[in-house]
Amino acid sequence: MSARQAILGRIRDAIGDAATPEARATAAARRVEAHPRGTIPKQARHNRPVVLFAKKAAKAEATVRRVKSYEEVAEAVHRFMREHELPLNLRHGDDERLANIVWPDDMTTSRGPSDGSDLTTVSHAEGAVAESGTLIMGSGPDNPTTLNFLAENHIVVLRGRDVQGSYEDIWTTMRRRLGKGAMPRTVNMITGPSRSADIEQKLILGAHGPLRLHIIVVED
Amino acid sequence: MEIKSPQFKSRASAALENEQLQSALTHVRSNFIDKRAKAARELPEFEALRDAARDIKNHTLEHLDAYLEIFEAKVTEGGGHVHWAQTATDARGIVLDICRRRNVKTVTKGKSMIAEEIGLNEFLEANEITPVETDLGEYIIQLRREPPSHIIAPAVHLTMEQVRDGFREAHTHLPDSRPMDEPENLLREARGVLREKFLGADMGITGANFLVAETGTSIIVTNEGNGDLTQLLPRVHVVIASIEKVLPTLEDMSQIVRVLARSATGQEMSVYTTLSTGPKRPGDPDGPEEFHVILLDNGRSSMLGSEFRDVLRCIRCGACMNHCPVYHAVGGHAYGWVYPGPVGAVLTPSLIGVDQAGHLPNASTFCGRCEAVCPVRIPLPKMMRHWREREFERQLSPAGQRRNLKLWAWFARRPFIYRLATGVASRALAMWGGRRRRIGWLPMADGWTAHRDLPAPQGGTFIARYHRQRRRRRS
Ligand code: SF4
Repeated sequence: MSARQAILGRIRDAIGDAATPEARATAAARRVEAHPRGTIPKQARHNRPVVLFAKKAAKAEATVRRVKSYEEVAEAVHRFMREHELPLNLRHGDDERLANIVWPDDMTTSRGPSDGSDLTTVSHAEGAVAESGTLIMGSGPDNPTTLNFLAENHIVVLRGRDVQGSYEDIWTTMRRRLGKGAMPRTVNMITGPSRSADIEQKLILGAHGPLRLHIIVVED
Repeated sequence: MEIKSPQFKSRASAALENEQLQSALTHVRSNFIDKRAKAARELPEFEALRDAARDIKNHTLEHLDAYLEIFEAKVTEGGGHVHWAQTATDARGIVLDICRRRNVKTVTKGKSMIAEEIGLNEFLEANEITPVETDLGEYIIQLRREPPSHIIAPAVHLTMEQVRDGFREAHTHLPDSRPMDEPENLLREARGVLREKFLGADMGITGANFLVAETGTSIIVTNEGNGDLTQLLPRVHVVIASIEKVLPTLEDMSQIVRVLARSATGQEMSVYTTLSTGPKRPGDPDGPEEFHVILLDNGRSSMLGSEFRDVLRCIRCGACMNHCPVYHAVGGHAYGWVYPGPVGAVLTPSLIGVDQAGHLPNASTFCGRCEAVCPVRIPLPKMMRHWREREFERQLSPAGQRRNLKLWAWFARRPFIYRLATGVASRALAMWGGRRRRIGWLPMADGWTAHRDLPAPQGGTFIARYHRQRRRRRS
């Protein structure tokens, strides 16, 4: 008997015969199909999700800047980098919304995943969750996952209208876009810059991921 | 991993005497409790979400075979591989096979209690594969060759000085004069050292907080980002998860995520909740070439059919130990195996046998705080009592204790003699207590009186007073 059969057999014996395996399989398939929502906190129903998102992201130690259009993104990025006295080099993926940005002359940009040598990276978010200030990042050539983790400074551009109230809202949108049961290879839900409290419970920002997370919300 | 649970009593005594440990443990008492309380207070739906989390877990356990099969089918469909392991040995064997096939020399690891449970690091080392722990806490204790003392804060038993000494010894390539006086310095140092390891590793091994059947996704929840670099950079990503980690849908996961971080660290959401679904896809510029999930049973299926089923709801948040007076006093290492605190006291006897871990369910004051804070409402004290009963039935408790219980039972079944005897005993103890009304030493109970005085009984037995009051009320 294979390990698989043995384990499933023992599980079936343990559950007993309250329902047949077939009945259980049907019930499970039905729940997956219906994916019922449970309790959604009232705060997720905020009438201006962007406002709540900005508040919660700031609570998680991210910095947030709201701008009116994609034209203003370059200036916002530039300002952030000067504020922190960073070399004016950026790396981003193939996302069109980023590729179309006209950067100031003193900045150099390059494209593709990160090999760990970049100090600052820019990504575009798929969406965000207002109730906890969480960014939703999808993998792929447009926004390689390495850009989310390897640089000390991570700048994320987010479209205001992609901010939704709850996690559940995000999954609904994702199913509509990709089809049922389908997912990007990696979805990173990111809430603030990386941190650790492993030494005497003292919270320090900038563990293995970024030290700074700067979010630019485009409200066009 | 070596089992030291049978020595719980001596290890606990040593822990109480250990000043460094006691100083480190004050951080647990002061930190975690307030943060959780605040997070719970700030979300009006927190209690409703705890109910939802419990119900989702119960539903999944009742349909566990079905959800595992759906999960397996989805992973396979997405180009990943699912392996089933009945025991720790099987799981280690599967990891080694993949390592051999892909010529793996170094493995980075995200924090995984299951990897601890199956003793993966020692095993890899014995097979000339280098495992590198990348969670800061895990890295610190790996250098010291110690097991974790807490399920979410593995190095919580150490002071900063101890961490510094460990780094000095291990990072000999760095200048002696470097600043090491602040936790920040030490974190930066670890970041630098581990960055090299991440980029050079052939395989990344992580655990899973959840597996989602609907999409064939494995999920890790972290704050440092080390788990992400572990699964993102090497050629092969291996997930090791026990079978009860599966959940039906993304919605179900979302419900539980809302109570997980709040119960653990008091955050509304951990920094990184990462959903991994299969290997690198066409066009992907990064990501692992291979994606494997090892589903480990190792005793879970038999717990499912026992009175310990409810503990399979555990989401490893650590709240029960953060609120446990026994854990606060002795720390995690006293428990002698992988899982400390109240959840360890219930899980450990199931996983390694009550004959080995019988002391753990006895190390409880039955104050009930663990159950009061458990996000999935596991009745931990009740389960500890189940273990005590089993231990008694199997004649594993000490002879003296069994004799005394039998003696007590003989009296308890004979109410008249019982009352007479307790009456006499309480008067005798009252006299023994003298004017101080305290008893500093009692024959046959000197273990107890060594550390505190027994207040001498006053004013008759409970039953005698009860009858007197009823008589008074009637008249
Ligand atoms: S038993 Fe409950 S409180 Fe303890 S770790 Fe598990 S889920 Fe958390």
